[in-house]
Amino acid sequence: MSSQTTKLKVDHRDGKLAMAHFYVAFIALTLGGLMGLLQTLVRSGKFELPWGIDYYQILTVHGVLMGLVLTTFFIMGFQYAAVSRTAGTHSPAARRIGWIGFWVMTVGTIMAATMVLLKEASVLYTFYAPLKAHWIFYLGMTFVVVGSWLDGAAQIMTYARWRRENPGKPSPLLSFMAVINTVLWIVATLGVAATVLFQLLPWSLGLVDTVDVLVSRTLFWYFGHPLVYFWLLPAYMCWYAIIPKIIGGKIFSDSLARLSFILFLLFSIPVGFHHQLTEPGIDPAWKFLQVILTFMVIIPSLMTAFSLFATFERFGRSKGATGLFGWFKVLPWNDARFTVPFIGMASFIPAGAGGIINASNQMNQVVHNTIWVTGHFHLTAATSVVLTFFGITFWLVPHLTGRVLTKAMNKLAIIQGWVWFVGMAFMSGAMHFQGLLGGPRRSAYSTYGESAQAMEWIPYQIAQAVGGSILFLGIILMIIIFVNLAFFAPKGEEEFPVGEAENLEEKAPMIFENWKLWLGITAALILFAYTIPFIDMIQNAPPGSPGFKTWGSW
Amino acid sequence: MHMHKFEKIWLIFGIGALVVFLSVVGVSAFYLGNKPPSCLTTIDPEKVDTQAPFNKPGLNKVEGKEWDYELVYVASAFFYNPAEVEVPLGAKVKVMATTKDVIHGFQVAGTNINMMLEPGYVNEIVTTFDKEGEYLVVCNEYCGTGHHLMSSKIKVVKK
Repeated sequence: MSSQTTKLKVDHRDGKLAMAHFYVAFIALTLGGLMGLLQTLVRSGKFELPWGIDYYQILTVHGVLMGLVLTTFFIMGFQYAAVSRTAGTHSPAARRIGWIGFWVMTVGTIMAATMVLLKEASVLYTFYAPLKAHWIFYLGMTFVVVGSWLDGAAQIMTYARWRRENPGKPSPLLSFMAVINTVLWIVATLGVAATVLFQLLPWSLGLVDTVDVLVSRTLFWYFGHPLVYFWLLPAYMCWYAIIPKIIGGKIFSDSLARLSFILFLLFSIPVGFHHQLTEPGIDPAWKFLQVILTFMVIIPSLMTAFSLFATFERFGRSKGATGLFGWFKVLPWNDARFTVPFIGMASFIPAGAGGIINASNQMNQVVHNTIWVTGHFHLTAATSVVLTFFGITFWLVPHLTGRVLTKAMNKLAIIQGWVWFVGMAFMSGAMHFQGLLGGPRRSAYSTYGESAQAMEWIPYQIAQAVGGSILFLGIILMIIIFVNLAFFAPKGEEEFPVGEAENLEEKAPMIFENWKLWLGITAALILFAYTIPFIDMIQNAPPGSPGFKTWGSW
Repeated sequence: MHMHKFEKIWLIFGIGALVVFLSVVGVSAFYLGNKPPSCLTTIDPEKVDTQAPFNKPGLNKVEGKEWDYELVYVASAFFYNPAEVEVPLGAKVKVMATTKDVIHGFQVAGTNINMMLEPGYVNEIVTTFDKEGEYLVVCNEYCGTGHHLMSSKIKVVKK
């Protein structure tokens, strides 16, 4: 395999850029987490926001910081470092593009954040037209996306250089996975870029009077679903290719890992209608077709579950574990680098099952836009993905800063993981149950005129505030760990773990690196799923909508 | 590329379950008629009040249709018209709704009536109210400062 040819340490110049991303990501986590805490407190009915701050304003801040800023910055920083570690140090040109990308994203974030703080953009992170935000908000979002493309370009350049220098060889697994996720992101963001550049920006600047709402939403959700896979795949990179090394085992199969990533690329984009199942203007046959395509991602998910547990079991048996579940006990539970991502992995079992319910065509009516959905993505994104990102932080940050994860910090990190688990069990659990009773998401505290049904929801909202408070404690612990690892931990060498495949003779088929083929199939599936319904939408379009600002100013 | 025997069994089982599951959902939707709300009718969002049936919000008895009543709603920030309505127990009702401004949600808590209202489009669902009681209608798509105050009431009563 290629691991012999790779460098063991990320070059410090690449490390600096990765760390720049992590600083922004963890600032976003701190502020976004505080907003999340305030939201759960408001919804408990026991607390009101001071100084005229609006619930929907902090909800917008929470969504933008957690869903777009924390994730994009962390992922780009992690992938940039992973490519540098496995495909070799980035060239000065690639690094320069990476830095430009970082600054463009940061400036975009500041522009959007300023407009939200000025109450010019209380439109939530989905910014559905015809709610009309200030044009600087949309331009800021555009900068975040364009910056992430540049960041991705740096990774692709280094991957391409490796391929040129190693003809006929399969690329290092982590680099391959990072490039798949970057390509997925670029294809997906074309949708949101289209609606922002061609619809929302001209409209918010006053160049056009109206906007086609359904087209805008459809372009948004063309992006919105692959967005969640863009969050998930870096976690899968850690589970597939890094965790085996941490526990001292082997990657179950290098080729199958690559195949599952390709399936995610193919089937996470032409599926946006499953977020629009209860919407008018889209034919039910096309909705159902996209539901079928949505469910295709279950196949790589099953493959992933199989290989992870196969790795665990084989490792356990090699340590002499016996019986059906004996291997479970010998896993390194005292190692935060394993335990914290494992909590994330285990959470993905109920989280994935909930996702299947959400996407099940007519069954979506039971839960659509209820707080069940919020509970769902706090299990997927805010537990499975985020705890894995934390698990990566525990070794990657000291690796990049030339420090070590001490025993005390390791212990604190494990406590942090369990605090998160308990907080999320309360919060997400209560959200799921309240959603089944019809409680809406994205709503401030309300008894709806003392309605008997709404009164039943309130105890669940109090449970969410309890969970939210525990989670905020988890965020404080995480910030302590991050600051320690970045600035105060003792100097030393922390390993960047990269797993090896169990069967080194088995070379991954070169067809996996045939980008013309995979991009071609990706494009064909997208055209198949979207062309006809999109033409229908445009041909049968109602008169456009003027903009509305239905929230207060300072 | 080699695939372990157990993984093959696992995937055959998984994909088999997927096929069964999708077939059940598909038959329910297209054979039994449980499709999600997907009305294709459009309307000028600025002229909602003058166009039938939205010029007469509320419960309207109809003849010669598959349903007995049409329950018509007009949504706008931050209320529904009508704010309260009585429906006879057991009535088959077509709920029809649209919005005059931004996107709103329309969910009758405790039922499967849950649909998006988007400017320019009518949305509808046919249902039978077969349980007595008071139902809360809530807006479940963010629409502005008063979003959490936007609601209506359906009283299902014996007549």
